[in-house]
Amino acid sequence: MKAIRSMVLVSSDPKSIENGANDVYQALQHELTSFGLDNEVSLTMVGDVGRHDASPLVIVYPEAVIYGPVKKEDVHFLVEEHLYKGRVAVSLQAPVRELSGRIAWLSARKGTLPAEQRIVLERAGEIDPDSIDDYIIRDGYQAFATALTAMTPDQIFDTLEKSGLRGRGGAGFPTGTKWRFVYKAKGEKKYVICNADESEPGTFKDRLILEGDPHSIIEALAIAAYAVGANEGYLYIRGEYVLAQERIRKAILQAKGMGFLGRNIFGTDFNLELHVHAGAGAYICGEETALIESIEGKRGEPRARPPYPTTHGLWGKPTLVNNVETLANVAPILRNGADWYRGFGPKSSPGTKVYTILGNVNVTGLIEVPMGITLREVIAIYGKGMKNGKTFKLAQTGGSSGSIVPATLQDTPMDFDSFSKAGVALGSGALLICDDDTCVVDLARVLLNFFRKESCGKCNPCRIGTQRVYEILTNISEGTGSLNDLTDLMNLSDNLYQLSNCGLGQTAGAPIRDIVFHYRAEVEAHIRLKVCPTGVCSMSGKRI
Amino acid sequence: MSTIKSLEDLKRVREEALKKRDLKASSGTVQVIVGMGTCGIAAGARDTMKSILDTIEKDSLSGIIVTQTGCIGICEKEPILQVVIGEAAKVTYGKVTPDIAKKILKEHVGNGKVVTDHMINI
Ligand SMILES: Cc1cc2nc3c(=O)[nH]c(=O)nc-3n(C[C@H](O)[C@H](O)[C@H](O)COP(=O)(O)O)c2cc1C
Ligand code: SF4
Repeated sequence: MKAIRSMVLVSSDPKSIENGANDVYQALQHELTSFGLDNEVSLTMVGDVGRHDASPLVIVYPEAVIYGPVKKEDVHFLVEEHLYKGRVAVSLQAPVRELSGRIAWLSARKGTLPAEQRIVLERAGEIDPDSIDDYIIRDGYQAFATALTAMTPDQIFDTLEKSGLRGRGGAGFPTGTKWRFVYKAKGEKKYVICNADESEPGTFKDRLILEGDPHSIIEALAIAAYAVGANEGYLYIRGEYVLAQERIRKAILQAKGMGFLGRNIFGTDFNLELHVHAGAGAYICGEETALIESIEGKRGEPRARPPYPTTHGLWGKPTLVNNVETLANVAPILRNGADWYRGFGPKSSPGTKVYTILGNVNVTGLIEVPMGITLREVIAIYGKGMKNGKTFKLAQTGGSSGSIVPATLQDTPMDFDSFSKAGVALGSGALLICDDDTCVVDLARVLLNFFRKESCGKCNPCRIGTQRVYEILTNISEGTGSLNDLTDLMNLSDNLYQLSNCGLGQTAGAPIRDIVFHYRAEVEAHIRLKVCPTGVCSMSGKRI
Repeated sequence: MSTIKSLEDLKRVREEALKKRDLKASSGTVQVIVGMGTCGIAAGARDTMKSILDTIEKDSLSGIIVTQTGCIGICEKEPILQVVIGEAAKVTYGKVTPDIAKKILKEHVGNGKVVTDHMINI
């Protein structure tokens, strides 16, 4: 087996090609062979890496050293210095100052994982979550104090809008704008809600924040409440997250004791009461209107929208709903300013993202990295490569509401805009990395099984559609599918998207579109040849 | 404790908490920190914690503060235990069973020798 110790990437966006990227690639190939390194160093053309001031770029991992602009005459020296002798070829490095976007942070922090940039996980795993002193020592409640005593709601919205913070609950809605909507909505009584239902399979980032740094969420909710004009708030925490609930309850008591919650906070006339509500145990309760119904004591079924919660939320009052990770960004942004925040990640979706890495990689776990990192980087740097040296086939992002991202998109920056341009979704932050032993039909079937079970049943297209899609996929995986089934699948997927009442039904057909678009041959092999190319499906000849 | 009424109050409370912490560090206090997120607990952190507390009591060790923290993101290596002696850098251990915890208490905390076999780099 080949043991790859280094990875060399060559940018190949149009400008890089124009500046000789192909020549550089060929020269690299030649030099690696003549130094006898071609078995331990991999070489790849990677498309657009998001930086164009020094094209073509040559990036060497795991050190994440960026060279550019590289000419073919430079390649001999580069290979000899860096890959043969193991020293950075300083004279060829790309200018550091002008670095922008995601690559800037790749070698930012020595000694820890290269690109890791902790904002929302800054304290998790560092402090005692049960100690409010620990939180205060690490700048806790300062942003709230400043906001309450020295900032108008407008200034808070401006700062958040300028920071470019977008919701981390799935949809990526601009946070400052949402806050402003609730502020502008008419009504004396308003609510703030932290959505901590986190039921996407494979996602546990919110739990980690709640368990490791509970006060950061309480502080953010308090800031939000002051800004939008609410004096009551809820933390809707997934039922199974017993420890998180316990820690949040304790933190609320501590915050009350210190006067951060309760009446006349910081000597002003601002009052705030926070409650913990244990989740009802259904995936759909994470959808914000179902969540609101659930708090009201009803069945967790999504409401028809509009009107949106920002005007008609809990008990019909204007309500702000934000995800845990979104809220965790608020205090750091107010403390350090919008410009600081914009320093991380790409322009259109700045900041960091927390991902849970799962699946066929050597190391699984949780990372916080600047927006715009690529799957290739995640797998190579944090996953420490694919397990057993297998080949990367696809990643399933964001639990069920995410997308199936094929290997061909592994160099696409993971941020809201780049991903939506490529027709995939970032989802909630799970990255299920799958190797080439994964069958796409089986994967889609597993996802649809989840959707059909979690569909709340309120509207027909979703209740019946998810079941039907599941049945067809099952038949295909048993070797009894037909080409008509494929047409039906595509129609059902469209109907789900267009006719469903909420996000669950609307995205339930996405896996179908993804696999038919990217892996049509593999799907058709199940139908035409009655063969599962990966040998995963049972192909037993049964039919539902 | 009286409630905090202004940013100045908050800064004062922060200074006091900091002083308390620094005092501990400069007096050479040993801090033993156990990762107690759900992942840690599922991997057996409660047993690890218990074995640490038992050992401290049984051997009448003093000057050791045992605290908990959340998950640091390497759930695979849980239970995670960190040792900070005075102002020295933090040492992180992974997959710490009750027995390994005892060994760390004896060798690292007791004799200042880092147990390199179980150390992880983060
Ligand atoms: C089926 C479904 C499940 C959802 N589950 C969650 C969840 O568990 N946590 C969450 O924060 N948002 C979830 N959402 C998104 C919420 O409806 C809402 O958009 C989000 O809480 C808004 O917060 P943000 O603006 O901070 O992203 C879900 C949406 C759908 C359609
Ligand atoms: S789309 Fe599905 S989950 Fe959403 S309301 Fe309709 S039946 Fe319920």
